[in-house]
Amino acid sequence: MANLKVNIGSLELKNPVMTASGTFGYGSEYADFMDINRLGGIFVKGTTIEHREGNPYPRMAETPSGMLNAVGLQNKGANYFIEKIYPEIKDYNTHMIVNVSGSSIESYVECAEKISGLEKIPAIELNISCPNVKKGGMAFGVSCSGAAEVVRAVRKVYSKILIVKLSPNVTDIAEIAKAVEYEGADSVSLINTLLGMAINVETRKPILSTITGGLSGPCVKPVALRMVWQTYKAVKIPIIGLGGISNWKDAVEFILAGATAIQVGTYNFIDPTVSIKIINGLNEYCDKFGFKSVSELTGNLAITK
Amino acid sequence: MKKYMLDLKVTENRNLHASYCLLKLTSDKTLPDMFPGQFVQVLVNNMPTTFLRRPISINYIDKNTNELWLLIKKIGDGTQAIANHQPGDYVNLLLPLGNSFTLPATQEKKHLLIGGGVGTAPMLFMGAYLRESGFEPTFLLGARSKKDLMQLDVFQRFGTLYTTTEDGSHGETGFVINHSILTNNTFDRIYTCGPKPMMMAIAKYAAGRGISCEVSLENTMACGIGACLCCVENTTNGHTCVCTEGPVFNINKLTWQI
Repeated sequence: MANLKVNIGSLELKNPVMTASGTFGYGSEYADFMDINRLGGIFVKGTTIEHREGNPYPRMAETPSGMLNAVGLQNKGANYFIEKIYPEIKDYNTHMIVNVSGSSIESYVECAEKISGLEKIPAIELNISCPNVKKGGMAFGVSCSGAAEVVRAVRKVYSKILIVKLSPNVTDIAEIAKAVEYEGADSVSLINTLLGMAINVETRKPILSTITGGLSGPCVKPVALRMVWQTYKAVKIPIIGLGGISNWKDAVEFILAGATAIQVGTYNFIDPTVSIKIINGLNEYCDKFGFKSVSELTGNLAITK
Repeated sequence: MKKYMLDLKVTENRNLHASYCLLKLTSDKTLPDMFPGQFVQVLVNNMPTTFLRRPISINYIDKNTNELWLLIKKIGDGTQAIANHQPGDYVNLLLPLGNSFTLPATQEKKHLLIGGGVGTAPMLFMGAYLRESGFEPTFLLGARSKKDLMQLDVFQRFGTLYTTTEDGSHGETGFVINHSILTNNTFDRIYTCGPKPMMMAIAKYAAGRGISCEVSLENTMACGIGACLCCVENTTNGHTCVCTEGPVFNINKLTWQI
C-alpha cells in the first residue's frame, strides 16, 4: 500500500484523484455509484455571483472520443450555493473546492470573498478559462496581463488555497502559469476545454447554439499532457492536471509529466466509478514499481539525455 | 431512487423492423424497481465515434422473467452498435434514470396513451403499469405505414388499441391528432411520447380541454444524472435538466407556444 497523500500548498489530499468542475455536479449526483468520500477532492460546478441560466439548447455535441459543451456556467449564484448547497455538502469527508467564475474583476472578487467565509471550503479554483461565456471567463485567461490582474485582485481578498484554472486556448500556457504564480496563486489546474466546433451537414447548421464550444474527453489528452509538461518546467507551484483522463494509466502519465494531483472530468459520464478505479490503479502502480509514495512520481519522467 | 450501474445479459434480440429491434436484458439478481417514463444510459463500447452513453426509454419490465426491454431505433453508429448485441452479450447500463409518469387518482378512469415512432416504447410500460394498477388504458399509436407499427400484440394485452397511419394501411388515415377517439371520447389524463410536433399538437388539444397531460421529452445527453447540465429544456423554472427533472413533464411546466 503506497502513500497516496499529496499536497497542494498547505492543503493535504488523501490521494491525488479529484473530479473536475462541471462534470461531477455537487458530488451527490454520483453517491449512488461510488463512495465519494474516497476522492482526494471534488471541484463543484462553476459558481458565479449572479444566477445564470446558461446558454440556449443545444449545448452538447458528441465528437470522436470526446464532446463539445456550451453550458455557459448555468448555476444559481453564490448566495444560493451558500444557503442551499453548502449545508448539504460541507460534511463530506473529502475536500470540496468551489470553482469561481465571473464576468468582471469585481464579480470574481465578490464571489471569492463570499466563498472564503465558508469554513469547510478550503480552496477555490479560479476559472479564467471558460470558453462559453461572452464576457469574462476565458477573456481573462488568454493573456498574461489579464490573468495576472484577476489573480492579483482575488488574492487580496482570498487567503486560503487559490488554484487558477488555465485555458489551453493560448500560444504559451507556461507564460500564463508563470504570471499567475507571480501574483500568488498556490496552484494551477490545467487544462480547461479546447475551443472547438461541430456542424450538422444535413442542415448546414452548427450543432451548438453558441456555434463554438469547449472540447473535452480522451481526444484532448495528448494536448493537455504536453501543456502540463511545459508548465511543470516553468513554475514551482503544484500543478493539477486534467484533460481527457479516463483510466489510471492516463493519471500516471499526467503525474509523470509534472502534475501533483489530477482531475477526472468528462469520463465520469461514461463510467461514474472511474475515479475510484484510478485511485486503486495508482496504488497498484506504485506498489508494482516500488514507489513508496505517489508524490515521488511527480515530474519523474525518464528522459534520455 | 437509488441508481445502479449494472452489466445486464442479453437474452433476446428481436428484429421488429428494418430500423428497430427489441433487446431483452436480464440479471442474476432481481432487477431494481423501475417506473414507466424512466430511462437507462447504455454504454456503447470501443468506438471513437460513439463516446457517450445512449439514453434509451424503458419499454417494459417483465417481472416474471426478470427482463428489461429496450426498443432500439437504429439512428446512428451508437444505436446500431447497441442493436448488434446478441444473446449472451453483456451490456453496461446506468439505471433507473429520470422521473416517471404520474399514476392517476383512483377516480380518474379514462387514460389515453399516445405514442409515435420510437416514442411508443415508454407507452407500453406505462400501459402495463396502469393495467396492473387496475385501470383500463386506451392506446393510440401513430406511424407512417402498417409496417412501422410495432408490438401491437403486446399493447393489446394491456388495453384498447387504436392506430393511425399516414398511408391508411392500418387504422384511421392521418396523424394521431386527427383520430376520431379524440373527438368522440373524453379522457381524464393523456400521456404521450413521440416526435415533438405530435406532442405539441396533443398538448394543445389537452390544454384546450383542460385535460391533464404529461409528455416525455427526448434530448441529447452526456451524463444522464444531472451533472453536466447539457440536456436542458426551457420550463417555467428556467433551464431544467431533462435527465433528472424529466424526461416526463406536465405540459403546464413547459414554455411551448401552443
